[in-house]
Amino acid sequence: MMDRSITLILLTLGGIGATYVWRAVGVIFATKITTDSPVFLWVTVVSYAMLGGLIARMIVMPIGPLVEVSLTVRLLSFATGLACFFLTGKRIFPGVIIGVGLFIALQYFYPQI
Amino acid sequence: MTRQRARVGMIVDPSEVSRLACRDAISFPAFTLLFSMIGFGSLVHQSDLPLLMAVALTAGIWGLPGQLTLVEMHVAGASLFFVVLGVALANARFLPMVVSFMPLMPSRSSNVASRFVLAQMLSINSWAAGLRRFPDITPELRRRYYVLFGVICMGSGVLGTVIGFVTVKLVPHEIALGLIFMNPLFFAVLLAGVTSRSAVTALLVGAPLGLFFHAIAPDLDLLLTGAVGGTLAFLIDRRGRSKAL
Repeated sequence: MMDRSITLILLTLGGIGATYVWRAVGVIFATKITTDSPVFLWVTVVSYAMLGGLIARMIVMPIGPLVEVSLTVRLLSFATGLACFFLTGKRIFPGVIIGVGLFIALQYFYPQI
Repeated sequence: MTRQRARVGMIVDPSEVSRLACRDAISFPAFTLLFSMIGFGSLVHQSDLPLLMAVALTAGIWGLPGQLTLVEMHVAGASLFFVVLGVALANARFLPMVVSFMPLMPSRSSNVASRFVLAQMLSINSWAAGLRRFPDITPELRRRYYVLFGVICMGSGVLGTVIGFVTVKLVPHEIALGLIFMNPLFFAVLLAGVTSRSAVTALLVGAPLGLFFHAIAPDLDLLLTGAVGGTLAFLIDRRGRSKAL
């Protein structure tokens, strides 16, 4: 029991530290950059590229419990949500609610797909 | 640090900035965080890990992909070293995000230390909100916007984690999965709203590269996507600009 607590504490602190290192290094780099430099634009597009890649991965090749749900359901719900977002004049609420609603409904009513 | 001057039309009233931050945070990000962290809290409970750990992970890591990686790898039996490495790689986006965000929020040079605290509150939500709102807010008040927005988001994220953990038996599994799915979908529509051409290019280049690199080098996928995709988008954008001139 004691061993398990220590493992979990180390795991938690390790996970927090591993994430915070990126933030701290970011703060140090940021002091050397001005908003009008090309490096600043580059770092901004690098962020966008990583976020684009991350979202694609979370949908198509997820880590964690979403693996249980088929790729078809994930893609269909994602595409529907995104389509609703654009069709409603870029409103976030309908996009997210309809996408997530479809995702849940498909699991209930069509568990085979 | 170049001191940006307030332009005409920028918001200079502190209470107006506070109202804007609260409205922007509560209008959607706070709810999405509440719900996606409910999904996370219930996952932690199902993985047989304690509530305190769930809360510490939400507030301490403050990035769902890394949090999911930690729980998933630990449950799969990976050793401490590899779990920590996995979390670090899943959250590498915070480096470019912090670098591209902090200079927008200038501070007195005596105050640089506080940025190490501010950086902890950065998430996709506050990053996207700041990039969208900051041009309309006088530089001196951007910090106020960011802190208020961040505190509301973090508060609802922690609250969601607790709710998800405690009510795990009440939330049907399909809905808990739906709440986790909400996270990438919300990120996608949040970012799909950007209008800057370089950002759109980077998102569209990054998405397929993310899958490609995940297939060939799953550990380094996001770092490679950022470096290769970001540079590619940067060059495409520059070419477009020089042609336009």
